[in-house]
Amino acid sequence: MTNTTDRQDRIARAFIESIPHAGALGMAITQISNGQAVLTMPYDPRFVGDPATGVLHGGAVFALMDTAAGAAVMASDSEPVSTATLDLRIDYMRPATAGQAITARAECYHVTRSVAFVRATAVDDDADRPVATATGAFSVVLP
Amino acid sequence: MKRPEPVQVIKQRRDSALKNLVEGVPYIGFLGARFDRRGDELTAVLPYDDKLIGNPMLPALHGGAVAAFLEMTAIIELSWAAMWDQVEQGREMPPLRLPKTIDFTVDYLRSGLPRDAYARARINRSGRRYASVHVEGWQDNRSRLFAQASGRFLMPARDD
Repeated sequence: MTNTTDRQDRIARAFIESIPHAGALGMAITQISNGQAVLTMPYDPRFVGDPATGVLHGGAVFALMDTAAGAAVMASDSEPVSTATLDLRIDYMRPATAGQAITARAECYHVTRSVAFVRATAVDDDADRPVATATGAFSVVLP
Repeated sequence: MKRPEPVQVIKQRRDSALKNLVEGVPYIGFLGARFDRRGDELTAVLPYDDKLIGNPMLPALHGGAVAAFLEMTAIIELSWAAMWDQVEQGREMPPLRLPKTIDFTVDYLRSGLPRDAYARARINRSGRRYASVHVEGWQDNRSRLFAQASGRFLMPARDD
């Protein structure tokens, strides 16, 4: 069991850390195991969507949630070799507070032989009021 | 009948309004996207850059970069459509207030190749408060979409 978890950790970390776009946005994995992944993205003025408010662009939050969702798929028990987003829907509940990092928590809650289903939630420092939620379907290639 | 304005005057006014709009959004600059204009029709262009890659093995563009590109295309199209009449009348532009995304759904139809991408948004419904927009993204062939998106937006309050 420990070996399986180690393997999952290793593969998923390598997967995420090798993604140039995730690096460009400063993303980091803080937790990954058993079909769940938690990723953070720092606040950066270059990622702002509305300069009047300093609020991050929805697209940057989308990128974080998409990456967290993909990581959750890679960390699922089915141990996929690779994954890609088929579709992802994001609901923006409120603007992220300017100056605060975003944390996305994704859960891969079901995997078939070809599709993984994922939901994710993003928060800033106020973890009780989500900034955004997302649901999506991902392709999986099983070993 | 009033004589039409010289074409260069009109073009300069439209281009500078579009430039102010696009340059007002830092994330557009970060991704390196720009907007081409033909009359009132906009085409978003995302020149290829290594930092847009999500899967280095294929390689393929990151789904999040594609989503952001399509979402900014929708937001700029909505803002551009809202400001068009003012631009045409040569009125002074009020401070920019952008629509807010309520929800945004992206369908990934094929993997994004490591080359330039294009997108156009179609406003299907635009009311006083809510707007619904569909966006098509393609690369080499206009008819072979690599991604499409659909979103709902909250429009900024209008003073009139």
